[in-house]
Amino acid sequence: MVKMIITGNVAAAWGARLSRAEVIAAYPITPQTIIVEKLAQFVSDGDLKAEYLHMESEHSAMAACIAASQTGARAFTATSSQGLVLMHELLHWASGARTPIVMANVNRALAPPWNVWVEHTDMMSQRDTGWIQFYAESNQEVLDTIIICYKLCEDKDIQLPAMIGLDAFYLSHTSEIVDIPDQDLVDKFLPQYDPAYPLDIENPTSVGSLSMPHQWYPEFRYKIHEAMQRVLPKLNQIEEDFYKEFGRKYTGPLELYDTEDAEVVLIVSGAAAGTVKETVDMLRKKGVKAGVIRLRMFRPFPSEELAKALSKVSFVGVIDRSFSFGHEGAIFSELKASLYGLKKYLPIKNFIVGIGGRDITTNTINRIYDNCFSCLKNNKIDTPVEWIDIKV
Amino acid sequence: MKKLDKLVSIKDLPEAPVSNVPSLSQKTGTWRVFRPEIDKEKCIKCYICWRCCPDISIDVDEEGFPRINYDYCKGCGICAHECPKTAIRMEREGK
Repeated sequence: MVKMIITGNVAAAWGARLSRAEVIAAYPITPQTIIVEKLAQFVSDGDLKAEYLHMESEHSAMAACIAASQTGARAFTATSSQGLVLMHELLHWASGARTPIVMANVNRALAPPWNVWVEHTDMMSQRDTGWIQFYAESNQEVLDTIIICYKLCEDKDIQLPAMIGLDAFYLSHTSEIVDIPDQDLVDKFLPQYDPAYPLDIENPTSVGSLSMPHQWYPEFRYKIHEAMQRVLPKLNQIEEDFYKEFGRKYTGPLELYDTEDAEVVLIVSGAAAGTVKETVDMLRKKGVKAGVIRLRMFRPFPSEELAKALSKVSFVGVIDRSFSFGHEGAIFSELKASLYGLKKYLPIKNFIVGIGGRDITTNTINRIYDNCFSCLKNNKIDTPVEWIDIKV
Repeated sequence: MKKLDKLVSIKDLPEAPVSNVPSLSQKTGTWRVFRPEIDKEKCIKCYICWRCCPDISIDVDEEGFPRINYDYCKGCGICAHECPKTAIRMEREGK
C-alpha cells in the first residue's frame, strides 16, 4: 500500500491500471485528457500490459471497447461531456451486447456556449442506455469504484457496463491523498475476466444479429431489466468484500449523513456533497436538524432505499446539477416517482444548482437549508423548481 | 448454447443476444426490388463490383466472371453504379 497525492484523473488511471485493463480505447477531451495520457504512459513504460488504441472519435472508442470486450478482454475508456454524448449510440450497443466495459466520465457541461466546468447533464442524458451509473465524491472513491465496477459488471448475474462520474476540476484536477492498494490484493479481489460468450474462431457465434418482433427481442431487453434489478444486492456483497480486503467502507447507492433525526434532508450527488456535509456540521452546532443523503448511483435508481431513508424526514430538498428542459431536475423527478403511492406525503423541493461549474459554497447551501426550513414552517413550497444564483 | 429450434421460453436464452446459428440463415434476397444482371459480353473482370458490394454477395465463378448470390443480394445497385463498362443492369424483379 502506497499513499500518493494525486488528482481524480490520475486516480482514475490508477483504477484502470490496478484492474489490469487489457484494452484501452480512447479519445482525449478536456478535462479528461490526463486520464488517457497517464494510461498511455503506464502502457509505454511497461507498467500496464494493455493494447492502447488512440481512436479517431469517442464513437469509435466505444466501438473498439465493445469489440475488445466481446473477445474476452477487460476494456476501459474515459471521456467527458461532448465525447460522452457522441458515444450515445454505442452506449446502447454496449449494454445490449452485455459487455462489462468500465468508463470514467469527467462530468462537464454541454455546449453551447462552450463550458468545460462541472455539470451532470452529460451523464443524466445517458439514463436509458442500460449503463450502471456512479457519481464519486472523492479521488479515492474514483479509484476504488473502478475496481468495484469491474467486479460488479463482470459478474455472470450482471454482465452490464458501468460509468463512473467525477466532477470536472473539483475532482479531475484537484489533488488529495489517495491510497493506492497493492496489486496482489487487487488481483486477489478481481481475478481475470472470464467472459460468458467470448468470440472464438473455432466456435463461431453471431452477436446481436436481427431478432424479429415474433422472435426474441423483448426477451433480451427484459433480461437487461432483470440484470439491473440484481445490481444493488450484488453491489452490497462486493462492497462488503472490498471492505474486508481494503478497509474502506462504501454503502451502496446512498451515503447517509446525519439523517437519523433530521427534519430537513438535502439530496445531492458528486463532489458538492462535501460542501453540503460541511454546512450540515455548521448547522448541527447551532442545533438545526439538517441532514444529507449523497446519491452515489443514478442507475439503477435506489427507489426503495431512498423511501426508507426518508421515512422519518419532514422536508426534502433535491439538488440537481443538471436540468431536463421542459420539465425539472432528473433526480427530483425520479425521487418523486419513487415515493408515489406511499401513505405519508413528503414535501419535496427542487434546487437547480452549480450549472456550468458555478461554485457551490457553504453560503449557497446555507440559503437552501434556510429556504427548506421556511417552506416547512409555512407548510407551503414557494417555488417547486428553483434555479439558484441566477443573476436577475 | 441451445439450438435455435429448441428455444421455447426466455429461460432457454443466453444472457446476451448471441447465437450459434450464423446470420447466413437470414436470407435477405427477398428484400430485392431490382435485380442486378451481369452482361458477360461487356464485363472486363475488373472486380470493382466484387470489391464494392456491401453485403459480400458477389463472388467469382469458374470462368473468372463476377457472380451474384441472389440468396443475399438486396438489390442496392451499387455494383451497377460502379461498373465502368455498364455491364450490370438493374432489372425489376417479377417482371
